[in-house]
Amino acid sequence: MPEPRLIEISPVTRVEGHGKVTIHLDADGNVDEARLHIVEFRGFERFIRGRLMWEVPVIVQRLCGICPVSHHLAAAKAMDQIVGVDTLPPTAEKMRRLMHYGQVMQSHVLHFFHLSAPDLLFGFGSDHIKRNIFEVIRQNPELGLRAVLMRKFGQEIIEATAGKKIHGTGAIPGGINRNLDIATRDRLLGQVDQMLDWSQNALTIARTYVETHADMVAGFGTFPSNHMSLVTADGGLDLYHGQMRAVDPQGTPIFDQLNYNDYHKVLVEDVRSWSYMKFPFIKTLGPEVGWYRVGPLARMNVASHIDTPLANAAHTALREFSGGLNHSTLGNHWARMIEVVHCVEKIRGLLHDPDLQGTDLRATGERRSEGIGVIEAPRGNLIHHYKVDDNDQVTYCNLIVSTTHNNEGMNRAVKAVAIKHLSGQPKITEGMLNHVEVAIRAYDPCLSCATHALGQMPLQVEIHDAQGRVIDRAAQCL
Amino acid sequence: MPVNRLLLIGYGNPGRGDDGLGPALAQAMSDLFPDLTVDIDYQLTVDHAALIAAHDTVIFADAMIGLTDPYQFAPVTGTPETLGSHQVSPQAAMSLAQLLFGQRPQAWTLAISGNDFDQLHEGLSPGATANLAQTVAFLRDWILRQQNDSQTALG
Repeated sequence: MPEPRLIEISPVTRVEGHGKVTIHLDADGNVDEARLHIVEFRGFERFIRGRLMWEVPVIVQRLCGICPVSHHLAAAKAMDQIVGVDTLPPTAEKMRRLMHYGQVMQSHVLHFFHLSAPDLLFGFGSDHIKRNIFEVIRQNPELGLRAVLMRKFGQEIIEATAGKKIHGTGAIPGGINRNLDIATRDRLLGQVDQMLDWSQNALTIARTYVETHADMVAGFGTFPSNHMSLVTADGGLDLYHGQMRAVDPQGTPIFDQLNYNDYHKVLVEDVRSWSYMKFPFIKTLGPEVGWYRVGPLARMNVASHIDTPLANAAHTALREFSGGLNHSTLGNHWARMIEVVHCVEKIRGLLHDPDLQGTDLRATGERRSEGIGVIEAPRGNLIHHYKVDDNDQVTYCNLIVSTTHNNEGMNRAVKAVAIKHLSGQPKITEGMLNHVEVAIRAYDPCLSCATHALGQMPLQVEIHDAQGRVIDRAAQCL
Repeated sequence: MPVNRLLLIGYGNPGRGDDGLGPALAQAMSDLFPDLTVDIDYQLTVDHAALIAAHDTVIFADAMIGLTDPYQFAPVTGTPETLGSHQVSPQAAMSLAQLLFGQRPQAWTLAISGNDFDQLHEGLSPGATANLAQTVAFLRDWILRQQNDSQTALG
């Protein structure tokens, strides 16, 4: 009789940082359990203690080289509260928004074109030798060039608003330290219409993929869940600021217009013995049914509308196609491209706004000892929570990042896909394992492991028997 | 070779101890050669391809674990196997520059030996600091030689 086997995919490729998937097969070769393990950065919360509050928005960018701007802005929003500022001067808020839209846009573009396009264009189980971005570019060089130039545009916005690509200093407690000069504005304006055109083209690609593969998408890691994000006062999408809303699988609000300072009253972080990463859930519902998803598709499910016309039309189309909320895993790609269009629309509007050349950059207020900043980062809701002492030193830090919010959802997707594509197979192929990775990549998890020295991050797949012996080992396709 | 035709990309996370060797080298060289094109980033990304394509020579400076020497300078050869936003290798960046922009400058990797990557903290370990000093001296002499060779050829 065959013995139970354990398959590990470690680390997951084309995912930020390190991840490991373990798939437990029973004696008949059916998937018994499948889990995604992620090394989290709880060390950072200790690292930040004792640092001066003024330097926190800069230091937190070291959490991650992929989405430093999101951490920069979330920390700055928390520090706004500590310096007693609840409303920023218009120039400050609009500069921060411009920075954020640039970040979300370039992050989504990178993910869609460079990380996911090979799977979507060539098939999840296609020859791994060809399933990479280089083959995508060989077959469609214009697409590859657009993706690089779109990302470059987003990076230029970040540099213009944050000061530099690494350790930007733009957002400061209570405001911003620069406005946008006319020359830079005009340089960005010269590109923005092209970016909007390309964004719409990218949206068409993503939408068409989901529509033309509707049956496959519906059967690939699709399961009902709650969803959570920030929304505006009238329930619309807002990536930079708003109140918290969570909806159940039917779209009924679980909580709505919640001041994010009260996040800890509605969210609880569960721990499980096999993972370093916590499992948040909605307190009133409990861990079994209270878990939720965040990110682009969750935002489309939570928001009633979008305040930019092209993105709003796309949001309506997604809702109509889905017949309400969309609970798929691959629907994230469509949602992500809707947000790219939204970001470029917002960027264009901001570049025409004379407030960006304003000189009232910073507000002051009455000092407080605690601050919470929440933002919708590219990968989903991001919470920064700090307390400081009378010497301006941080005494407490709690972070809930998007990937942590999505922990349960990603694990369920991994298990669903593993059961469908691996169970009962006499031999587990690379193509089968890639299906599992495709499910994880759809969430674009950022594992915030920014150490990437040369020589690190080898990828191996190991198959263990019930006694823990390695019975097969192969290099996973990269 | 005019020094402004040389691109030095120093990448790594200064908040991860010796992972900051690449940015530290780039900063030091920028101070020595103000006209040198220096890019400091957390990691290589796809949009570096455009910058690479606009230069004649590129040096990728990064920390490395397990080196026996303080540094290792080697030409970028081979073809990349993969590309991820967290895993863009010098080979991948060069291939992208060639595929997208039709340019493949001369390129080297400059790996600097480090050993303290595990903890979140700023600053280099004493060993990495010493290795950085040797690497700066090496690269300074290398750039000066390139400039001299170029002037000799022109003269």
